[in-house]
Amino acid sequence: MTMRSAMTLSRSIGFADLVGTRTRTRSATDSVNAKIEVRNFSFFYGNFKAINTVSMDIPANHVTAIIGPSGCGKSTLLRAINRMHDATIGAHAEGEMRFDGVNVYDPAVDSVLLRRRVGMVFQRPNPFQLTIFDNVAYGLRVNGMRDKKLIAQKVEESLKRAALWDEVKDRLFKSLGTALSGGQQQRLCIARAIASDPEVILMDEPCSALDPIASLKIEDLIDDLRDQFTIVIVTHNMQQAARVSDMTAFMLMNRATRAGELIEFDQTDKMFTAPSDQRTEDYISGQFG
Amino acid sequence: MNTPKNYRWRKFVDQVMRGSTVFATGCAVIPLIAIIGYVLTLGASALSVQFFTDVYQPPNMAQAAADGSTPAFDPNDPFAGIGVPTDGTAPADGTAPVADVYAGGPVGGVLHGIIGTLIITGMGLLFALPIGIFAGIYLSEYRNERYATIVRFCCDVLSGSPSIVAGVVIYILVVIRSHEFSAIAGSLALMILMIPIVTRTTEEMLKLVPESMREAARGLGAPTWYSTFTVIIPAALPGIVTGVMLAFARGAGETAPLILTVLGSNVISTNLFAPMASLPLLAYRYTESPYPGENTLAWGAAFVLMMLVLVMNILVRVATRRRAGASR
Ligand SMILES: Nc1ncnc2c1ncn2[C@@H]1O[C@H](COP(=O)(O)OP(=O)(O)OP(=O)(O)O)[C@@H](O)[C@H]1O
Ligand SMILES: [Mg+2]
Repeated sequence: MTMRSAMTLSRSIGFADLVGTRTRTRSATDSVNAKIEVRNFSFFYGNFKAINTVSMDIPANHVTAIIGPSGCGKSTLLRAINRMHDATIGAHAEGEMRFDGVNVYDPAVDSVLLRRRVGMVFQRPNPFQLTIFDNVAYGLRVNGMRDKKLIAQKVEESLKRAALWDEVKDRLFKSLGTALSGGQQQRLCIARAIASDPEVILMDEPCSALDPIASLKIEDLIDDLRDQFTIVIVTHNMQQAARVSDMTAFMLMNRATRAGELIEFDQTDKMFTAPSDQRTEDYISGQFG
Repeated sequence: MNTPKNYRWRKFVDQVMRGSTVFATGCAVIPLIAIIGYVLTLGASALSVQFFTDVYQPPNMAQAAADGSTPAFDPNDPFAGIGVPTDGTAPADGTAPVADVYAGGPVGGVLHGIIGTLIITGMGLLFALPIGIFAGIYLSEYRNERYATIVRFCCDVLSGSPSIVAGVVIYILVVIRSHEFSAIAGSLALMILMIPIVTRTTEEMLKLVPESMREAARGLGAPTWYSTFTVIIPAALPGIVTGVMLAFARGAGETAPLILTVLGSNVISTNLFAPMASLPLLAYRYTESPYPGENTLAWGAAFVLMMLVLVMNILVRVATRRRAGASR
């Protein structure tokens, strides 16, 4: 047996175990309403089509993972949900991205208001050069909250939910957010994102800059948050996708057009145990670019 | 250890390159040190308590200081007290000959110039700051707009143009119309010179703030103006302050535009709508003076100007560092 196939085997066994042992609070089958409906959605950077006619329903109050090889358009799709591309020259969309039934690319939709309902956590932790408290309070203040007591209460609550409270509670006003460790910074960013009670949280490889222990903490956190928020997470770590998500989308770049396409979208258990597309199986079992 | 065969040659090239950079740096630094040293040594001899507390004194005061006599000043015969013979003969009253008067040491001070420079430059900065900072924000945070390229280009042209141009423009627009040289006209001329400096440094410093900060704020639903003032500017503040200090130094040292706008004065004046003294103007006028004592005052004025910029720089830096450090 070659090294490679041995690894493949052990990995796929690992996945089966993980998927099998994980307890789900809710199954995605009792199909709840779709929070985000992606319909024939294509995205362009200038003339370059980065993703091609993607359609999928992202269920409310579940964790949806997007996986796929580098450059297949995962980040592009994720950031299209809250129109983070607005600042990029030449970036534009075709098709529909419906959030609670409203196409977010409708000219009448205000991107600033949209982003208050669809929060984001980035690949690299990006706390502001403000105190820990001000970092978490930022979104609240943006939303016009002025009541100091309420803000303090919200900040504490969010830091507790982000499992960071005990580590920072006695230096909330003393330390800058940028002075924390990478893992702490990322949990701070999550606290910041959830403080203003968004409905959806988008996470673009939130653990890729973290060590395995810090990553596990974030995963636990996502597990805690799934009841209250709709979470969409891009990850390169298949075990992570299997552990945290209810639904998984697999994307792949079309060799001919270089545009990213959605290959398969299904419940995570099914994707990792019995995918219906050969390419999904190849990718998940590690036999793919 | 095996050395590559061209190792010595590489080492030689490295040393030549290193030597050239050190030499070039020396060439750049030597004039600077020479100027500072020259101003220090010549200016220091003008320094006295009187220099900082007194204003301009006419040369007959110099005469009085030289020989202990009481200076007399007759407006109808202004030369009477200073021993200049009005008929070409030697003074009959036994006052010192002309040469002695010219040799008189420095008398009087530049307090009026210090006050004037602070007022004119400070006011110019006050005008330039909001315009420059907002323009810098526009160029950096709204950089996708095509209009920004034009503004940036104009800024560069403006900061490269000779300062007398600013003086002429204000002379025509303000001085001629108001029929009066005035401090405020000088401030406006300095404002024109300071705006491009503040604008461009603000822009460059804001651009140094990582894009991820803007994304984070955008992701929280913050409008651009909000994140700019709460996150981006605080992060760029030390750099912006440097730009502001550069602008202050540039404005404080300008002479040409002030000749055309504030004219100069021999007394302390705080009237913004009247001529006012300023340190560079005093340095300029005193340099031209036939009295060696006044030439010394010119060096003193230059020295004080340098110190003023230095002290302002240190004060502002300490103040901003303390603010930034408070939350650490
Ligand atoms: N701002 C941009 N301008 C132009 N092209 C872009 C831009 N951002 C991404 N692309 C292109 O779009 C395609 C998809 O990029 P995207 O970042 O979405 O990939 P990804 O799946 O997130 O990859 P990774 O896993 O490496 O993060 C790539 O070919 C990329 O070169
Ligand atoms: Mg990506």
